[in-house]
Amino acid sequence: MVIAVDKQPDQEGIVLTPEQKRARRQRSVALAILLAVLAILFYVVTLVKGPGVLNRPL
Amino acid sequence: MSMQTDTAHLPSPLPAANAGAHAGPSLATPRDYFALLKPRVMSLVVFTALVGIVAAPGEIHPVIGITALLFIAIGAGASGALNMWYEADIDAKMSRTAKRPIPQGVIRRGEVLGFALFLAVFSVVALGLLVNVLAAALLAFTIFFYAVIYSIWLKPSTPQNIVIGGAAGAFPPVIGWAAASNSIALEPIVMFLIIFLWTPPHFWALALLRSDEYARAGIPMLPVVAGEAETRRQIVLYSWLLAPVGVLPFILGYAGLVYGVISLVCGVMFVVYALRLRKAAEGEATVKAAKSLFGFSILYLFLLFAVLLVEKSTGWSFGQLVW
Repeated sequence: MVIAVDKQPDQEGIVLTPEQKRARRQRSVALAILLAVLAILFYVVTLVKGPGVLNRPL
Repeated sequence: MSMQTDTAHLPSPLPAANAGAHAGPSLATPRDYFALLKPRVMSLVVFTALVGIVAAPGEIHPVIGITALLFIAIGAGASGALNMWYEADIDAKMSRTAKRPIPQGVIRRGEVLGFALFLAVFSVVALGLLVNVLAAALLAFTIFFYAVIYSIWLKPSTPQNIVIGGAAGAFPPVIGWAAASNSIALEPIVMFLIIFLWTPPHFWALALLRSDEYARAGIPMLPVVAGEAETRRQIVLYSWLLAPVGVLPFILGYAGLVYGVISLVCGVMFVVYALRLRKAAEGEATVKAAKSLFGFSILYLFLLFAVLLVEKSTGWSFGQLVW
């Protein structure tokens, strides 16, 4: 039997409501901002600590 | 009988999923996720941790200090989210907590658990990498203590829940101190003791006002199990313990005369408010006295730590005892 792998399914899958789309967009924007802030924070801390960044005495 | 049928009758160790949650893709917004972090509790954590950082000996770079505060706050938020994940069923039964995101049905428990665990691990690892391992270890223990020892074990099983569980809220100044100095000393332990002894009268005053709701939710808070009279008696007892411990930073020579006077006056006022609650008649008078004590307890903790913060950050303190 041959199965057509490129055949599109009849159903469209999950279709988001406008409210769900809005919530998803807000979450995506918040995540992007948080990731950018964290990248900057890690960069600044590395500058502040200098070579001692890898020195973490117990 | 199939194995599936057998296991289907076994009670789950976890609370039932939130029935009110919508099906399908999430409707949760960043605001809902932020609410999971218990921002008001987080603000107290940040404030007391800041005092710990400022009071610690030696210099800490402001960027490292702010970084430490940020990850301590995130760790505290993770604890709050884990608490909301576990107590969603209870939250739905109480007016104070019924508007939280899970009971409202805007976010599912699984999402909250994943979010909280991620934040817990991330905050501990980041604090360890960017600040120091001691502070990270203390933060990890605090999250574990609040989520597992307090929320899962103590709170549903003993009226002493808030006494022992209060330790979780008392750790932030110790973590702050450890973040700044990579050590622990008597001074942050005294701060720990102040918050530890402050917690029972603070929460029991609230519990007196909400004892019906706690009873309905099946939480064995002291007023529910031992009654109002015993709760009032224990509030007075803890107030007597708290008042002298609040003055300890001055007595031990860590704080100046201004702190000594303010902590002494506030300690006496705390005991007076507690005694008024004990002597209040049933009904409206008790409600009024409990609200007064609850409100004053917040002011008490804020004032003590604010004076410590000012004295330590400006170096402006006189009349310190030298031993």
